[in-house]
Amino acid sequence: MQRIRKGRRVKANGTRRAMYRAIQTFLVALCLLVSCLATGLRAQEDIRPLVDALGVGNFPQKVEAVNALAASGNPKVAEILQNLSDGKLFAPKSGGPVFLEGEASGSYLDVLTGAAIGDAPGNLAKIRLNNSLRGAISAAMSQLTLLSPDRSARLAAANDLLKDANPENLDLLNSALAEEKDAEVKSTMEAVRAVILLKTDASFEDKKAAIDTIAARGNRDALTILTAAAATAPDELRPGIEESIRSINRSLALWDVAQNIWYGLSLGSVLLLAAIGLAITFGVMGVINMAHGEMVMLGAYTTYVVQQTVQAVAPGLVDYSLAFAVPMAFLFTGLVGVGIERGIIRWLYGRPLETLLATWGLSLILQQTIRTIFGPTNRQVDNPSWMSGTFEVGGLASTWNRLWIIVFAISVFIALLLLLKRSKFGLQMRAVTQNRRMASSMGIRTPWVDALTFGLGSGIAGMAGVALSQIDNVSPNLGQNYIIDSFMVVVFGGVGNLWGTLVGALTLGIANKFLEPYAGAVLGKIVILICIILFIQRRPRGLFALKGRAIE
Amino acid sequence: MISQMLLRRHEKKTLIVALIIVLAAVLVPLSNLLLAETNPLHIPGYLVPLLGKYLCYALLALALDLVWGYCGILSLGHGAFFALGGYAMGMYLMRQIGNRGVYANPELPDFMVFLNWQELPWYWYGFNHFAFAALMVLVVPGLLAFVFGWFAFRSRVTGVYLSIITQAMTYALLLAFFRNEMGFGGNNGLTDFKDILGQNIQASGTRAALFAATAIALALALLLSSAIVRSKYGKVLVGVRDAESRTRFLGYRVENMKLFIFTISAMMAGVAGALYVPQVGIINPGEFAPGNSIEVVIWTAVGGRGTLIGPIIGAFLVNFGKSIFTAAFPEFWLFALGALFVATTLFLPKGIVGTVQQYFARRKEYKTAGETEKTYQEDKAAALTAATASPQAAE
Repeated sequence: MQRIRKGRRVKANGTRRAMYRAIQTFLVALCLLVSCLATGLRAQEDIRPLVDALGVGNFPQKVEAVNALAASGNPKVAEILQNLSDGKLFAPKSGGPVFLEGEASGSYLDVLTGAAIGDAPGNLAKIRLNNSLRGAISAAMSQLTLLSPDRSARLAAANDLLKDANPENLDLLNSALAEEKDAEVKSTMEAVRAVILLKTDASFEDKKAAIDTIAARGNRDALTILTAAAATAPDELRPGIEESIRSINRSLALWDVAQNIWYGLSLGSVLLLAAIGLAITFGVMGVINMAHGEMVMLGAYTTYVVQQTVQAVAPGLVDYSLAFAVPMAFLFTGLVGVGIERGIIRWLYGRPLETLLATWGLSLILQQTIRTIFGPTNRQVDNPSWMSGTFEVGGLASTWNRLWIIVFAISVFIALLLLLKRSKFGLQMRAVTQNRRMASSMGIRTPWVDALTFGLGSGIAGMAGVALSQIDNVSPNLGQNYIIDSFMVVVFGGVGNLWGTLVGALTLGIANKFLEPYAGAVLGKIVILICIILFIQRRPRGLFALKGRAIE
Repeated sequence: MISQMLLRRHEKKTLIVALIIVLAAVLVPLSNLLLAETNPLHIPGYLVPLLGKYLCYALLALALDLVWGYCGILSLGHGAFFALGGYAMGMYLMRQIGNRGVYANPELPDFMVFLNWQELPWYWYGFNHFAFAALMVLVVPGLLAFVFGWFAFRSRVTGVYLSIITQAMTYALLLAFFRNEMGFGGNNGLTDFKDILGQNIQASGTRAALFAATAIALALALLLSSAIVRSKYGKVLVGVRDAESRTRFLGYRVENMKLFIFTISAMMAGVAGALYVPQVGIINPGEFAPGNSIEVVIWTAVGGRGTLIGPIIGAFLVNFGKSIFTAAFPEFWLFALGALFVATTLFLPKGIVGTVQQYFARRKEYKTAGETEKTYQEDKAAALTAATASPQAAE
């Protein structure tokens, strides 16, 4: 540990003497190499004499022993010091080897290895502590972690100190700060320093600067610290603290709004994926596919089967099984969709209400089929490693899969938009949506367009299932949970226009997430349903209705 | 006025069915109570509430048929009116428990004591009187249907859109009633009833009386429906179903006509729910589930929509099938129900009664006209192609 510090000091000197920079760089490299080697060796270095020194002498001598232990940099030291402060270390009164108290009373363990000691001497006594020794121990513990070469350990130590800052740690902190290179750890340490300054009798200016440092962090921890500080602060500091608290509250409120929007976007993109297929089939064919939710469910089960297959065939590719699952789900559910259209729906054209009933019956059959094959319980679909975990942007925390689902929904949306606007099939589809009989007269094979549209809508539902398998339970009821919300998106956004679905889905998603904190999830949903029922009074054909002159 | 309505000339078939139902109202309880158990005509005790349940379903299906079969409004939310009527009755039955509950609180139902409620919420006032509860059975579903319909029909929400928002309505109510804060027992609903009108609800005499009451309610509803659909108003209603715009252009206020029939139908559904709850012994938010409401539609479709007898037959057949199926092959019931939905819409669009009626009507027509069987076949084929061809022709 000390050698690392020495190496850094050499580097610090080196910056002053520019002409010898090359030589110094070499020296620094050499020192770093030596210290690296030393770190490796140190693990095996025997620290037993240092440990045994804890049991002899008066308190100042023991403080020295603690410091010496801390300076050794051995990974066992933290544990030993913890045991010491917990009062678990015993030593003979006359001096000698130190033992660790075992689980059973009267049994002792080796301090370093933890092995049971059969023949412990009889005159063992607990190593006693006083305040200066306790201070030395806690300083040493913080030092061990604050100066640790591991960045996350340093950050964790600094964050710990932030909650429980002790003025005794100030010197240690200053030295750690001087050497810290990482910006995040450094800013945390500066905040710790500011907290400590607030607790000491530093000058008014220093304290004011400290408050600003803490306020600059702007998160909930800072708010807690400042609120605590406001209670004890002298009167002249109080207005500054209160102003900082207000500004933190403002920024936190803003971040909350951002967080809600983000969650809303992620819910909205799920709804978009689930509803968009429904919207195009409804737009083109005028039928509501009640089995649409089951198409989503089939997509999710396809993901499950693909993942199991990949696991069995090529375990190395499991992380990328979603890349196979997306096209597979699209094709499979798309084919099922074409089959449904050819087998059932085409016999029911002109009778949209009967189509609704028939597809409902179909959804019951599909659900029960899946239940028979896979069982009624949830199936486990694993997140690939690149989709698990969380990330933070400012005050906004999110899981990766939320981000990926938004990205996926947007890509599906753009692909569909291109298909509709740029391809021949899209042109025909739009023509049939606007005026079926005229399109037919122009030579468009409307039954063919119908079948493909239904297949396309089902295929998109299947892809929605792939996305949902990453955030929801894959069970036979998966589709049921989303189908009514998808209907609401279609009713709200109107049909025959993809943008209507996009706006509808995102609006509903965000509105849901904004209502949740005030009304609770269930009541929020009820409020939204009522709002939609009232909304379609104004616009019975949704937000983006197709305009036309025909009645009905 | 009502007696005039009931005495007005009905179709002979309707009167016969009403008579059969009234006979059942008398005979089933008598057979259950008076005949010895060894007698082959004895109806065992467990069967009485089961048959009563079917009668409630039949009443619900009849209510749905009034709006769907005669006015073309496919409501996917009739289960909500049924459940609201049921809750109104359930609240009366809860208040009748008095201090015989687990917590022996004379004022509050058990679940309220459990949730630390201090006093009865205002909307529970009055439900200790049967008359008030009976009034609420009609008023609550009727009011909801009136408000909902007033909004929906005035802005000309029709067809699939209307179906979807009725489904959203029952879904919203489902979510709402699941909440404990609503004061309707949350997830568990209302159950553990003891008395109805001072009689033990489990006693065979009470059960027989409830059965008789349900059968009479169904017979009255049948006569009322028949009076409505055979009146001038009923004829215009069918016009609304088949050509809404044309009826409007002829000067009829279509939205008012729809609103009237929707409200009446909701009240009938409420009565069905109110009779259902004491016979089944529980009402919980599950009754609001959208799936239940759609199931009602299939009873009506199987029996034959646009006929008054059809929904009654359909409700009996499907639910009888369900009882048999779920006991014998529980895992296949959903397959059977799903297949029933598909098969009925594809092959039996008029339902059983409608198809039989059509067959006899046509035979009679051809007999009287002296036409040959050959042209009959040709005509039938032509009618078939007309029905299936030209998709979207109705739009």
